[in-house]
Amino acid sequence: MSEWRYWLNEQRGTLMGLAIFIAMFAVYISNHPAGLTANVAQTAANKGVLLAFVAMAQALVVLTAGIDLSVGMIFILTNCIASYIVVGSVGMTTLGIVGTLLAGTACGAINGLLVIYGRLQPIVATISTGAIYFGIALILRPFPGGGVNEDLADALTGRLFGVIPASLVLLFAVVLVVWIPFRKSVLGRAAYAAGSSEPAAFMSGVPIKRGKFAAYCLGGLFAGMGGLFLTFFTYTGDAAYQSGSGYTLWSIAAVVLGGISLFGGRGSAIGAIFGAFAARTTGDMLFVFDVDPLWQPLLQGVVLLLAVSIGAIALFRVRNRLEWFQ
Amino acid sequence: MSEISDHPAASRARVPAFLRKVDPAVATAFGCIILLLVVGSIYSSNFLSPDYLVQQLKVASFLGITAAGMMLVILLGHIDLSVPWVMTMGAMMACAMAGYGTTGHVLAIPFGVFCGALFGLINGFGVAYLRIPSMIITLATNVVAQGLMVLYTGGFSPQDSAPPAVRWLATGFIIPGVPNAILVWAAVSALMVFLFARTAFGRSVYGIGNSERAAYLSGVNTRWIVMTAFVISGALSAFSGVLVAGYASKAAQSMGDAYLLPSIAAVVLGGTSILGGKGSYLGTIAGVILITLLQSILSVMQMPEAGRQIIYGVVIVSMLLLYGRSPATR
Repeated sequence: MSEWRYWLNEQRGTLMGLAIFIAMFAVYISNHPAGLTANVAQTAANKGVLLAFVAMAQALVVLTAGIDLSVGMIFILTNCIASYIVVGSVGMTTLGIVGTLLAGTACGAINGLLVIYGRLQPIVATISTGAIYFGIALILRPFPGGGVNEDLADALTGRLFGVIPASLVLLFAVVLVVWIPFRKSVLGRAAYAAGSSEPAAFMSGVPIKRGKFAAYCLGGLFAGMGGLFLTFFTYTGDAAYQSGSGYTLWSIAAVVLGGISLFGGRGSAIGAIFGAFAARTTGDMLFVFDVDPLWQPLLQGVVLLLAVSIGAIALFRVRNRLEWFQ
Repeated sequence: MSEISDHPAASRARVPAFLRKVDPAVATAFGCIILLLVVGSIYSSNFLSPDYLVQQLKVASFLGITAAGMMLVILLGHIDLSVPWVMTMGAMMACAMAGYGTTGHVLAIPFGVFCGALFGLINGFGVAYLRIPSMIITLATNVVAQGLMVLYTGGFSPQDSAPPAVRWLATGFIIPGVPNAILVWAAVSALMVFLFARTAFGRSVYGIGNSERAAYLSGVNTRWIVMTAFVISGALSAFSGVLVAGYASKAAQSMGDAYLLPSIAAVVLGGTSILGGKGSYLGTIAGVILITLLQSILSVMQMPEAGRQIIYGVVIVSMLLLYGRSPATR
C-alpha cells in the first residue's frame, strides 16, 4: 500500500507530463482533417523525437540543479558534424555515428568541467560555450549542405511494419539502454542527490562531482543523438542560430511541462520526453486550428511564458516567508 | 623589480595608496584595452587616430547603455536574457510612434523606452514577486517580444525609418567632434554612478546581491528593488535599441541579437561578479570599450562571424575562470 504511494509521489511530475500530452494530442487528433493515420503519427513522432532528445539532454543537467543554455548549439554542431561523416558504406556510417555522438559527449563534458571543476555559474558558462559550439558549427557549414546515409535515415525516420514510427522505437531503445541504467546507477543517484541538496549529498559521502559530471556528459550525448536525428530528418547540416536557440528554449519548456523541477532533484528524463511531445503539439495545434501564421510566434511565446512561469513559480512551495530569499 | 617581488606584502606597501584600491579585474580590463590598442596600431596606423577612437567610442555607447542595465541586474545576482528583442522592440516602437505626426515625433523616444520598461516590469514582477528564476522568465519574455514584433511587422508595412530626433541623438553633434551618442552614454553613466554610490537604492542593490535574506531582514524592500532594477534594465535596453535605430537610420528585426552576449561579456570582463553583490561601474565601462575594440580589430582583420563567436566564448570563459568562480564547497 504505502510502497506504491511513494512511487506515485516520485512519478507525479512525469505522469502529469504524460496527462498534458495525451490531452493535447487528443484535441489535436480530433481536429486534424485526416485523423490518426500512420502518416500523421509518423510526422508527429519524428518532430517530437527531435525535441525529445534535446529535452532529455536538458533534463539531465536540470536534475543536478544546473541549466544548459548551450544544448541547442550542441544539437546544431552535431548536426553539422554528422552531415560530413555519417555517409558511405555501413562501416563508415557506423564510425560516423560514433564520432558524432562522441563529439556531443565531448561538448557536454566541456560544460561539465567548467561548471563542476571550474566552479562557474551554469548560465554564463553554457551561454559562452554555446557561442563557441555555434562558431565551430558555422565554420563547418557556412551554408546549409552535406549529406547523410539516406538508407539509414529513411529507415530511422520511417515506419516499422508499416504502422509503428521507427523514431519512437529508437527513442524507447535509448531510454532503455542509456537512461534507465544511469538512473539506477550510483552516479545517477549522486546526480539526483546533488540536485536535491548538494551540501547534504556531500556530507553523506555521495560522489556528487562524478555524478554531476556524468549527467553533463550524458546530456551532451543526448543532444548529439538529437543532432544526428536532425540530420536523418533533413538530410543536411545547417548552422542555423535561430534553430539552435529555439531548441534550447523549447527544451526548457519541455522539461518544465514534463514535471522536472528547475530547482533540481525532482523529475525524470522520461517526463521530459512527454513534455517535448506536449510542447510540439502546441505548435501543431496552432496549425490545425488554422491560426494566422503571423500570430503563431506570439501565441507560442505566450504558451511558453505561461508554461515555464507556472512550472517555475516557487511561491507555492514556501512555508516561511524567509524562504523567498534563498 | 626582482627584489620587490620577493616579498608580496612589502611590494604591496610600496604601491601608492590610490593604486592599492584598484580592483585587479578593472586594472586587467584597462590593461587589455591598452594591449589591444598597441596590437591594433601595429596592424594599422589609423588605429590611434582621434577620429577612429571617437568612432569606436560612439559604437561603444550603444553597448555601454545596454551593459549599464545588464550590470544592475547582474549585481542583484540575476540575469536579463530578454535584451535582444526588447532592444528591437524599443527601436521599432519608437519608429512606429514617429509615424503619428508632430506628437509622434515628440513621443517617439519616450514611447520606445516605455515599451522596454513595460517588459522590464513583467520580468521584474515575475522574478521578484512570483520568484521565477530570472533566466527562465527573461528567456520567455524575449520570445513574447519577438512574437509581438513579428506580428507587428508582418501584418502591414510599418514605418521603420528612424525619425530625425532619434538620428540626431545617435549621430548628431552638440559639441563639435563629440557625437551625441557618447554624450548620452556619459549622461547614463553619470546617472548610474550616482545611483550606485549615492542612493539607498544603489546600496540596496549591492546588499541584495550579497544576501537577499540579510537585506530583507535589515528592512530593505527587496522585492520592490529587484523589480525596479529589471524595469531600469528593460528601459535602458530599449533606449539603446532606439539609438541603434538612429545610428542605422532604421529599425530592423534581430538587430538586438548582437548585443546580448557582448553586454554580459562587458559586465563580466569589468570584474562584476556573476553571483551578484560585487562590481564597479568603472569596470563595466572598461569592459564595454574592451569588447568594442575587440570587435573592431576582429572586423579589421576580416574575421568571419564564426571566429568572432568562438573568440567571445573563449574570452568570457577565461575571464570567468580568472574572476567569476564560486567558492568551493568544502
